[in-house]
Amino acid sequence: MTAVEIDGWVRALTAGGAERDAAVGRLHELLLRVAHAEVRRRGPRVGIDGAEMDDLAHQAAADALVAILAKLDGFRGESRFTTWACKFAILEVSTKLGRHFWRRPGVAMDAEDWEQLPARFGFDPGERAEWGQLMEALRVAVDESLSARQRRVFVALVLNGVPLDALVIELGSNRNAIYKMLFDARRKLRAALAADGHIDDEPGRRA
Amino acid sequence: MNGRAALEHFLTTDPRDAGCDQTMEDLHVYAELVLRDEAAARRLRPDLAIHLDGCGPCAEDLAGLLAALRYA
Repeated sequence: MTAVEIDGWVRALTAGGAERDAAVGRLHELLLRVAHAEVRRRGPRVGIDGAEMDDLAHQAAADALVAILAKLDGFRGESRFTTWACKFAILEVSTKLGRHFWRRPGVAMDAEDWEQLPARFGFDPGERAEWGQLMEALRVAVDESLSARQRRVFVALVLNGVPLDALVIELGSNRNAIYKMLFDARRKLRAALAADGHIDDEPGRRA
Repeated sequence: MNGRAALEHFLTTDPRDAGCDQTMEDLHVYAELVLRDEAAARRLRPDLAIHLDGCGPCAEDLAGLLAALRYA
């Protein structure tokens, strides 16, 4: 027996009338609980609370419900239905928190204060003699090895600490594309630093 | 993790990395595997495990989903 049959959710959600309405209501309650918990878990880190938190959770639950009902055919029974459904609520919260980031004052995406770079990796300011050359080499590699778009993504994500989901919205892109751009940039930077003897060559790379 | 180790981690890429799209597609399946046995989940889906080690946003989503499954 498949998870689809065990759950019964798909059958109820595709039934007509009162059975479907009741299932949609139960699903919305679940999504709202999950969205509330996720916003409470992550909200304080991005500076939202109170009514704003509540509003974001309601929007996330509503949008997740719409997405789930539109994609019911995509549920393949590889997990419990509720696990699959909860994922939509979590992803909606992520997207909405990314949008919220840009409402904060003083957010800079393209600012280039390179003095911040060592701190981004947790280098101790008192041990500059040990990392000064390495950081300078990294800065040169960013300028000389990356494409203009890779450089912009590096500056936003690494130098300025913009969350990836927020950058996705600002650039009108998607998470996978931005991640891939940074992934390729990381490879290029390692190669550049390794070529100059600053680090080992590709320790994490496997055939 | 000191600065040099953090930089090394940042610069380490793995061609088996599943990427965000595939990870989001399979996150619900992976989450249930993790709840049962995290080490086994990593063995079964190294592509997702590698991605989740390097992608903060996807790792955050997994953490949220695991939290939801634990209290649901």
